[in-house]
Amino acid sequence: MTIAWDLFTPWASLLGGALIGLAAAVLVLMNGRIAGISGILGGLLRAVPGVAGERGWRLAFLAGLIGAPLVYGLVHPLPQVQVDAGYPMLIVAGLAVGIGTRYGAGCTSGHGVCGLSRLSLRSLVATMAFMLAGFVTVFVMRHLVQ
Amino acid sequence: MTFLFAALAGLLFGIGLIVSGMSDPSKVLGFLDLAGSWNPSLALVMAGATGVGLLPFTLARKRGRSLLGAPMMLPLTTEVDRRLVGGALLFGVGWGLAGYCPGPALVSLLTGGLKPLLFCAAMVAGMGIYEWLEKR
Repeated sequence: MTIAWDLFTPWASLLGGALIGLAAAVLVLMNGRIAGISGILGGLLRAVPGVAGERGWRLAFLAGLIGAPLVYGLVHPLPQVQVDAGYPMLIVAGLAVGIGTRYGAGCTSGHGVCGLSRLSLRSLVATMAFMLAGFVTVFVMRHLVQ
Repeated sequence: MTFLFAALAGLLFGIGLIVSGMSDPSKVLGFLDLAGSWNPSLALVMAGATGVGLLPFTLARKRGRSLLGAPMMLPLTTEVDRRLVGGALLFGVGWGLAGYCPGPALVSLLTGGLKPLLFCAAMVAGMGIYEWLEKR
């Protein structure tokens, strides 16, 4: 293993991570809710008509999340991003992420950030499972297939 | 009031994703590529987030209601079963294929062009498939 020192951004990542932790803290302490993106989005698709009040906070959270680059862009130019996956791959990946996060009841935010902060064993297992699958997938795609 | 704080939390979350570099799939894949040129940044994002989250979540667990009086809706399930592990594994495969997980994909929706849009559409379709399978 070699480390990509040139691309490693320890302070920015630590600071950004702290902001994510703060966001999760605000949502749980003020609203009593877990800041799990897949759960918040997936809950909107629930076929069960459910309580009307269930939709509003989810939509408000997602509006804040989706609008974040616009607010960030007012103060600072947005960072350059690079998406290597082609269109068919993005569709396959999106389907896997959509189905997988709902069966697994969470993603990087719900299990990774909130679950680990709650010291949940279930979330620790889930986080280890999706990290492992991510490591293996990237190994296969970058070092075996290509 | 709860809507306001939900929007604030979403905004902070999104800005955190951008600041941390996690809105860039190539950086996420750099973390997942242990055998290549490894970029440890994502580990520090997790450390920062859980480091800040630990105390508030400990407080939340001791409370029956939130500061705004809403019921504290923390997950009650503690079971580690096949659904959990299978779902997490499938999610990890999708994550490794594109470098997007749900948060970064949504945060790129308005400014990232066609690619995050396509990923998000497929992700929502996947969630719809899950609901359909569950309802059958």
